[in-house]
Amino acid sequence: MKIIAVCGMGIGTSVLLKMNAEKVLRQLGIDATVDATSVAIARESRDAQIILTTPDLVDQLQGLPSEIVPIEHFFDLEEITAKLSASLL
Amino acid sequence: MASPKQLSNYPALAKAFADNSIRVGAIALDREHAIEMAGELLVASGRSTPEYTQSMLDAVAENGPYIVIAPGIALAHGRPSEAVLEIGLSLVTLAEPVVFGSEANDPVRLVLGLCATDHNSHIDIMAELATVLGDAESVNTVLNAVDSDQIRLLF
Repeated sequence: MKIIAVCGMGIGTSVLLKMNAEKVLRQLGIDATVDATSVAIARESRDAQIILTTPDLVDQLQGLPSEIVPIEHFFDLEEITAKLSASLL
Repeated sequence: MASPKQLSNYPALAKAFADNSIRVGAIALDREHAIEMAGELLVASGRSTPEYTQSMLDAVAENGPYIVIAPGIALAHGRPSEAVLEIGLSLVTLAEPVVFGSEANDPVRLVLGLCATDHNSHIDIMAELATVLGDAESVNTVLNAVDSDQIRLLF
C-alpha cells in the first residue's frame, strides 16, 4: 500500500508528517511506506491509496483517486492514529 | 572533557543550528516579517543567501499557510537551490503571536527556518526535529526561553 505525505516543496513539513505517520503505522501494525512529496508531484501521481496533508493544501489535491486525509497537528500522534485508523482499519 | 555538543541528545539539530541562528522574543509585524526574520538568521549564519529568504516567502504566497504544522508552530522553507549554501535551521520566538492564516493552528509563536541542499540529506535533522516538537515540555522551554542559550541547551 502506498501513502504519500504532501507539502508545498516535499522537503519540510511533509517529511515531518511522513515520520510521524510511519510511527503510527508501526504501532497499528500496518505494513505501508510513506513517501514525502510536493504538491506538484502529488498532482501527477495516481497510485497512492492515501494522501496525508495539511488542511490548507486539500483544495489543490482534489480530483485524484486517492483518499485525502488532512492532518491539523503534525505532532499529535493521537490525531494521526485516529484518522489513519478510520481510513485503514 | 567532552564539549556539550558531543553530549547532545540531538546531534543533527546541534549541527543544524548555528550559534547565531536563534532569536528570542522578536517583534514581527505580520507573517511575512516573521518568515523574513527566520530567513535572515539563515543568511547571517552563512547557511543561505537572501534569495533563499525570498523563496521562503514565495512558498507561502503560492501555497498558503500550510507551513503552520502544529498549534503556534510554523516551519518556513523554500526549495533546495543554489541559494542554499549548507543545511541549516533557524528559530525565532515571537514576543506577540502573529496570525499566519492557518485555521487550525493560528496564531504563530514559533517560526523555524529550514534550508536543505537536496531532498534527503536533512532527514536526520527532521527526525530529531519531529521528536523535539512532539514533546510538549521541550516546546514550552523554547516558547518561554528568555535568551537563545536556554534554547541551545535543549540540543
